[in-house]
Amino acid sequence: MGGVHPEENKLSTQASIEVFPLPKQVTVFLNQHLGAPATPIVEKGMAVKTGQLIAKAEAFVCANIHSPVSGVVNKIDIVKDIFGYAKPAIIIDVEGDEWVDTVDLTPTIKSEITLSKTEIVDKLKEMGIVGLGGATFPTHIKYMIPEGKKAEYLIINAVECEPYLTSDHRVMLEHAEEIMIGVSILRKALGVEKAYIGIENNKPEPIAKMREMAEKFEGIIVEPLKVKYPQGAEKQLIKAITGRSVPSGKLPIDVGCVVNNVGTAFAVYEAVQKNKPLVENIMTVTGKSLAQQHNYQVRIGISYADIVNHIGGLPDDTAKLISGGPMMGKAIVNLEAPTTKGASSLLVITDKEAERAEELDCIRCGKCMEACPMGLEPYLFSALINNDKVQEAVDNHLMDCIECGCCIFTCPANKPLLDEIRFAKGKFRQMQQKK
Amino acid sequence: MTEFILPAVLVLGIIGAIFGILLYFIAQKFKVVEDPKIDEIADVLPGANCGGCGKAGCRALAEAFAKQGNMEGLRCPAGGDEVAAKVAAILGIEASTAEPQVAVIRCSIGCTASEPKSKYQGMQSCAFANSLYVGESGCAYGCLGLGDCYKACQFDAIKLDPETGFPIVDDDKCVGCGACAQACPRHVIELRNKGPKKRRVYVSCVNKEKGAMARKTCANACIGCGKCAKICPFGAITVENNLAYIDYTKCKLCRKCESECPTGAIKAVNFPPKRESQTSVVEQPTTVNNENKEN
Amino acid sequence: MKLLNVSGSPHVHGNESIKRIMWDVNIALLPIFIVSLIFFGLDALFVSLVSVFCCLLFQWLIEKFLLKQPTTITDGSAVITGLLLAFNVPSNLPLWIVAIGAFVAIAIGKMTFGGLGKNPFNPALVGRVFLLISFPVQMTTWPKANAIFDMAGVAAATDATTGATPLALIKEAVKAGDMTVLQGLPDYWTLLVGQHGGSLGEVSAIAILIGGIYLLCRRVISWHIPVSFILTTFVFAAILHLANPAAYIAPLYHVLCGGLLLGAVFMATDMVTSPMSKSGQLVFGIGCGLLTVIIRTWGAYPEGVSFAILLMNAVTPLINKGFKPKRFAK
Repeated sequence: MGGVHPEENKLSTQASIEVFPLPKQVTVFLNQHLGAPATPIVEKGMAVKTGQLIAKAEAFVCANIHSPVSGVVNKIDIVKDIFGYAKPAIIIDVEGDEWVDTVDLTPTIKSEITLSKTEIVDKLKEMGIVGLGGATFPTHIKYMIPEGKKAEYLIINAVECEPYLTSDHRVMLEHAEEIMIGVSILRKALGVEKAYIGIENNKPEPIAKMREMAEKFEGIIVEPLKVKYPQGAEKQLIKAITGRSVPSGKLPIDVGCVVNNVGTAFAVYEAVQKNKPLVENIMTVTGKSLAQQHNYQVRIGISYADIVNHIGGLPDDTAKLISGGPMMGKAIVNLEAPTTKGASSLLVITDKEAERAEELDCIRCGKCMEACPMGLEPYLFSALINNDKVQEAVDNHLMDCIECGCCIFTCPANKPLLDEIRFAKGKFRQMQQKK
Repeated sequence: MTEFILPAVLVLGIIGAIFGILLYFIAQKFKVVEDPKIDEIADVLPGANCGGCGKAGCRALAEAFAKQGNMEGLRCPAGGDEVAAKVAAILGIEASTAEPQVAVIRCSIGCTASEPKSKYQGMQSCAFANSLYVGESGCAYGCLGLGDCYKACQFDAIKLDPETGFPIVDDDKCVGCGACAQACPRHVIELRNKGPKKRRVYVSCVNKEKGAMARKTCANACIGCGKCAKICPFGAITVENNLAYIDYTKCKLCRKCESECPTGAIKAVNFPPKRESQTSVVEQPTTVNNENKEN
Repeated sequence: MKLLNVSGSPHVHGNESIKRIMWDVNIALLPIFIVSLIFFGLDALFVSLVSVFCCLLFQWLIEKFLLKQPTTITDGSAVITGLLLAFNVPSNLPLWIVAIGAFVAIAIGKMTFGGLGKNPFNPALVGRVFLLISFPVQMTTWPKANAIFDMAGVAAATDATTGATPLALIKEAVKAGDMTVLQGLPDYWTLLVGQHGGSLGEVSAIAILIGGIYLLCRRVISWHIPVSFILTTFVFAAILHLANPAAYIAPLYHVLCGGLLLGAVFMATDMVTSPMSKSGQLVFGIGCGLLTVIIRTWGAYPEGVSFAILLMNAVTPLINKGFKPKRFAK
């Protein structure tokens, strides 16, 4: 149902993961995850080691934050994020790279899972693991199954249906065994028999590699999926793998599913088996105009400007920089801002790609409706919203929209349909708050 | 001939009568008893449904007036004293008066201060752009220039500068209903007393960043230095969260703060030009236009 | 440094555009145009040219002087209206009547509502029906189609030889109760390749089908409306024919005769005036089919496609309300 086929543009599939050099200074936001910000437990002038806890999760939906470098805390200040909005952050001057001694930095793969179910969940919490698929939801909460609900399936999202992005692709090729162990850990934490790894058909190499590896592990099934955006959206993925539909306003656990990203599975392996907190992630640095495509292993808190300098500056026809994929990613306006746990890419979009053609009148072709994976009517939303009828749009299930962008991608009249939908969603939330 | 006409007349007459009687009873059954005053009051209200009174349109305000029987806490800001007097007459009470107010845009970006730092594309809505990022000016507090206030104004009192997109309030047309202030996602617009001869002094900035940061964003930002608060002889100026605020009920329009402000964030409008050949800080809607054309 | 662009996601756009859609429809109309040239000669060319030119001109004039907005004539939609209008009139129609039709189609059918995308009725059909009601004689006097394209033949066709369409013949026959006329009707093969009397665009079923297949391949239209329209017509006509073969003609005649194919493929599928959801489109097609047969069989006019589509256009908003797409997990 629905969906579109954007140009894949997976330019960096052959670029193996390089370690990005340490900068002079990193900036670590206190809120890198969905939920409340963490509370800093370091002070100005304190020496920290890589992997040391620097901000503690106190609220329920919150994640620990560890120092991504070793050095001295320069200050705790308000820093502008990629959108230009100021947020509290810890700024650390880098000195060497000394890790806390609990972390196992040896390259040997440790496959024996010794921790118990609850110990695993505690470990995930301690190591500040969040979902690396983009939403950055603290992972341990997903594994605290609410009373009365039962998990039946663990689904690992390795679809990577966004054009350009290849970090999951590379991780699967280079760390297949670790991912399998990570999935086994999550399977144990959840107490389910089977785990499914969903991969889009356009990645034959990772599929072969993962299949080969899965044979050695019990209860892990690699599931190739049809190439279609947004195949990797949570509800669509669950439907494709289990045939179950998550009803409007419900969570995957309501149909017995827990979904995690493949990158998260790798982070889980490192956290549980190697005691390594989430202080670095894999970022794709790509774009049609770039001479070289990269997949970097980047410490959290490095600024985007550092990355741009490292690749030798931006080409002249750069129109936009995107954090995330071109379909759901966010435009970066402040290059000085640091990367966060959820940063999966730096995408350079050229003038030609970014061009938004002139907006015309809707010709009621229905293509937005055909493309909508949720079976909604974007054209109707647009008409209602432009006439100030937000409530009526909500009555037509506006809030079910997953903001995948298929409608605006396909619209021949170039209407900013998703902009309008997001605007109305915000307005509706405001209206509810007022009540 | 009559054999056709008579039955037709009879049948139609009977049908008409039956429906008439039916309608009468249905009308009786579903009759809504309404205070006749509501209609009277609704007639004297401007009927623009601007929402400035806080009610869902003029009819709702009329209902509130009629229900309450007095004018406490209720006022039509668009209609002002004139309408208040009429409503009072209908209610049979004495009218209360209030100082007329006007919408003031507390941001100077676009007129003088800031070059765009990015290029926005997409839905022309401040509320949406605000959810995306700080906006073209780079200021997280200032005007986004996409005209939500302009769309909210029912009285044609806000014009958008064709070049910068920043709003200009027409003092004469503005009725102080506050619809624009509610529409602004950044709360840049404030309702202030119109002042004698429309003269007003206000801080034309709502940036709460620390001094250095604010100044980096915008040359005309209030940096919260507090010089204005010190010099004000009437104690009308307070500085909170790195931002000065002039209380219009206490301000006596002496203009001492205006020349004291190091960034020019304090604006005094509609004063006659000063005799000394100082650089012009006098700002009127028309001069704003001219300045922009020159730029 | 160059300023970075900022917008909400997505940051890339597909290759769909209104221009592409509209010019695709024009390309799909080409086979019909060529066939009409072969059968009706230069007359067809003149009618088409005048119709397209007037549609463009009126749209340009209205946009420039009445609405005072930038012109949109290059988007190709006015060309479609012009071509479809031309395809719906006889080739010997006086050119000034064609111009009036174009004016009604563009000015009243389209621009009064605000231009492309806002018109509730198919503009070409509005123009066509206006002409049919205002100039019934000229609109129902068809030249016989010529199999060979030669100037002499054209002259002959325009001068004298006029004949009724098969549908008109049938109507007359049924009215008079004299079914012998029907012996002179063209056979199915003739109907399929062309060569029967009628408006410009109705003479060849094959040309229409080629255009329709092109549109389907380019995903400009979906199969729902044409198939449900044609199938409904066929089934309904078949039931009538089976009940009383003497009074009602064979269903295949209904399908191949007159403007049904042209209407089903090009006019009922007009995006602006047809329902949005697939289920709604099926309902729309069924409604068109039923109305067409009803008007053809019991109505005053021999042809009912235009009226049927216009009537269904009117209920399109209702269909849109009633037939929504299937929501996820519902």
